[in-house]
Amino acid sequence: MLVFNYLVFPGLLFATVAGLLTWWFDRKVTARVQYRVGPPWYQCFADVVKLLGKEVVLPENARRTGFLLAPITAVAASALVAAMLGVYNMNYGTGFVGDIIVFWYLLAIPSIMLILGGAASGNPLASVGSAREIKLLLSYELPFIIVLTMAILKAGTLSLGGIIEYQVGHGPILYSLSGVLGFIVALICVQAKLGLVPFDIPEAETELGGGVIYDYSGAALGAFKLSKGILFYTLPIFLITVFWGGIKIGDGWGILWAVLKYVLIIALITLIRNTNPRLRIDQAMRFFWGKLTLLAIIAFILSAIGI
Amino acid sequence: MGLKTAALKKSIWVFHVACSPCNNCDIEILDLLTPRFDIERFGIVLVGSPRHADALLITGVANRHVTPRLIETYRATSKPCVCFLFGACASGGTFFKGGYNVPKPVDEIILEEDPNAIIVYIPGCPPKPEAMIAGVVKALSVL
Ligand code: SF4
Repeated sequence: MLVFNYLVFPGLLFATVAGLLTWWFDRKVTARVQYRVGPPWYQCFADVVKLLGKEVVLPENARRTGFLLAPITAVAASALVAAMLGVYNMNYGTGFVGDIIVFWYLLAIPSIMLILGGAASGNPLASVGSAREIKLLLSYELPFIIVLTMAILKAGTLSLGGIIEYQVGHGPILYSLSGVLGFIVALICVQAKLGLVPFDIPEAETELGGGVIYDYSGAALGAFKLSKGILFYTLPIFLITVFWGGIKIGDGWGILWAVLKYVLIIALITLIRNTNPRLRIDQAMRFFWGKLTLLAIIAFILSAIGI
Repeated sequence: MGLKTAALKKSIWVFHVACSPCNNCDIEILDLLTPRFDIERFGIVLVGSPRHADALLITGVANRHVTPRLIETYRATSKPCVCFLFGACASGGTFFKGGYNVPKPVDEIILEEDPNAIIVYIPGCPPKPEAMIAGVVKALSVL
C-alpha cells in the first residue's frame, strides 16, 4: 500500500500528470496573455518524454556522482511530498507530531539539489546560478517559516493532520486577517520556490542561459523538469492544506471545491508571473527579508492576539 | 515510429548559433516568437544552452575565429540533433565564399565533425519566417 501510494496514486505518477497539466495551463495562459496561440495540452508531456529519451552529455570537469544523483534526489523528494500530502488529505488521522517540519525540509530539497547539481557541473554560468539559488533559498525560507509557525500557533499542533482537523472544526485559517496576510506571504514564497518570474534569478534564460541547469542535458535535465512539474502540483496543494481547509475528499462537493481553489491559486501564480519583470538578486533578498518578513511578523502577531 | 521520436517531433528546442551573420537573419528568427507566427504552438522553444537543444540554428558564414567554437557547440549538443543552416550565408557562403577569412562552408565543418549529421538548408537572404517553418516541417519528416 505504501509503495502504491508513493509510486502511483497520490505520489509520483498522479502528481506528474497533474503537475505537467498545470504547467501546460500556465504556459497556455501566458501565451494567451501575449496574444499568442500557445502550446497544445500534451506539450509538457512531450518535453519530458523527449528529454528522458535523449543522450546525457557528461561535461569534462563535472563531478559525475553528484551531477547525476542531484536530479534523481529532487524527483524522489518532490514525489514524497506529493504522496504524503495526498495521504494526509484522504484520511485526516494519519500524521505524526512535527511532520510539518518534515514537509518544510522536503520542500527545500529540490532547491538544494539544484544548487548541488549546478555546483557539480563545473560550469562558470552554472556556479553563478548556484550562488544565486543559495541566496534565494535563504531569503524566501525566512518569511515562509514564519507564516508556517503562524499556522502552527493557530492550530495549536505541530502536525499537518492536526492543522487539517483544526480547520475542519474552526473553519479555514485563511478566513481571518492574519490568515489572509500569511497566505499572501506563502503564495509569494511558493512563486520563488517554483523559480518562476519574477524570481527565476538562478535560471535567468536571458543572462545565464539556464543558470543552474546550464550543463544538464537529456534524461538528467528531464528529471529536473519532472521535479519542477511535480512541485507545480504539490506546492498549491500544500498551501490549500495549510491555509484553506484541505481537500475534503469525503463529501460530494469537496473535490470540485478543491479543484476550484487549486485553479484559483494557479491563476494567481500565473498572474504574478506575467505582470512582473525579473528582479535582481539583491532586490529579491531585500524584498523577502524586508517587506515580506515584516508582513509575516505582522500576521504572526495578529494571530497571537487572535485576529 | 517510437514514442521517443514522436515526442521529439512535438518538442524541438532550438539553440541559436550566430556565426558572424549580418544580423538580418537573427531578426527574422526573433520574428518567429512573435504573436504572428508563434512557433511555441508546435512546441518549438528557444533555449539558452546548447546542452538543452535538439536543433542548432546556424546563421552566417563561419570565419576562422568562429569555426572552432561552432565545432565545440556541436559537440556540446546532446544527440540526436538537427542542424538548420539558416540563410544564404550559412547554406552556401554567397559572396563571402573563398574569402581570406572563410576557411570552409558551414556544412563541411559539421560533416567533418560528424558524418551522420542531419543538415537542413534554408536559403534566402534573409529567409522568411514561413521558410523557416517549412524547413522545420521537412526536417521532421525525415527524422
Ligand atoms: S543570409 Fe543574408 S541576411 Fe542572412 S546573414 Fe547572410 S547576408 Fe545577412
